[in-house]
Amino acid sequence: MDSTIQQELVLLNVEATDKFDLLEQLACHLQKLGYVKDSYKDAVIAREKVFATGLPTVAGGVAIPHTDAEHVNEPAICFARLTKPVDFVIMGDDEETVSVDLVVMLAMKEPHAQIDLLQNLMGVFQDEDALTYLKTQNDKQNIVNFIKERVFNNSAE
Amino acid sequence: MNTKKTVLIACGTGIATSTVVNSAVQKIAKEHNLDINMIQCKMMEVPGYADRADLLITTTVVDKDQYKFPVIDGRPFLTGIGKDKAIAKIIEELKS
Repeated sequence: MDSTIQQELVLLNVEATDKFDLLEQLACHLQKLGYVKDSYKDAVIAREKVFATGLPTVAGGVAIPHTDAEHVNEPAICFARLTKPVDFVIMGDDEETVSVDLVVMLAMKEPHAQIDLLQNLMGVFQDEDALTYLKTQNDKQNIVNFIKERVFNNSAE
Repeated sequence: MNTKKTVLIACGTGIATSTVVNSAVQKIAKEHNLDINMIQCKMMEVPGYADRADLLITTTVVDKDQYKFPVIDGRPFLTGIGKDKAIAKIIEELKS
């Protein structure tokens, strides 16, 4: 099944007091739109505590919070840009944090169905120009188009 | 005798970052003609595979001394930082 990105899944100028506040906001948003179950919110927060998802990149920190497939109805990604960065623990680290102002929350179903998407997403995170675009573009549709082109290019509808 | 090595590829959920690492390792194995078994799983499932594993590649926090086999950091395949080094380490482990 193809993953979804659309304007309502792009959130700009998100304000959050910390990562948990942010995770809650994004999870609730995905839930309201029907992509995830009620249980997703608690599951994604619990998961972040055990397996952190902050990633340092060539252009600042990003995070890719996600959790088990059983909490997901329909695969989607939620793109959020923060007005003020929040700290995420770095993936694979115990306590070291990275300041994050761009978050891509993943609602994932099966592992191999989304392999292109994940690989492409990591490709974007390794591309300074792409990150700069995503951090500065203010038109939601442009962001949707960019993600469709760069991240979904092999799983186009 | 050439016995096939078993590589565990793990992350927190067993569906997201390990998928990216899995496909990177698949590519490395193919390019270097390494015939290996690959098992993608959650970190919490690793102990269940421990007696048949030869190598663990993971994106999560791990106590490397906990296992009898080597553990390699899979994060370079996500961030691109230190990727060549990680590839070299994997090949070294799988050829030995």
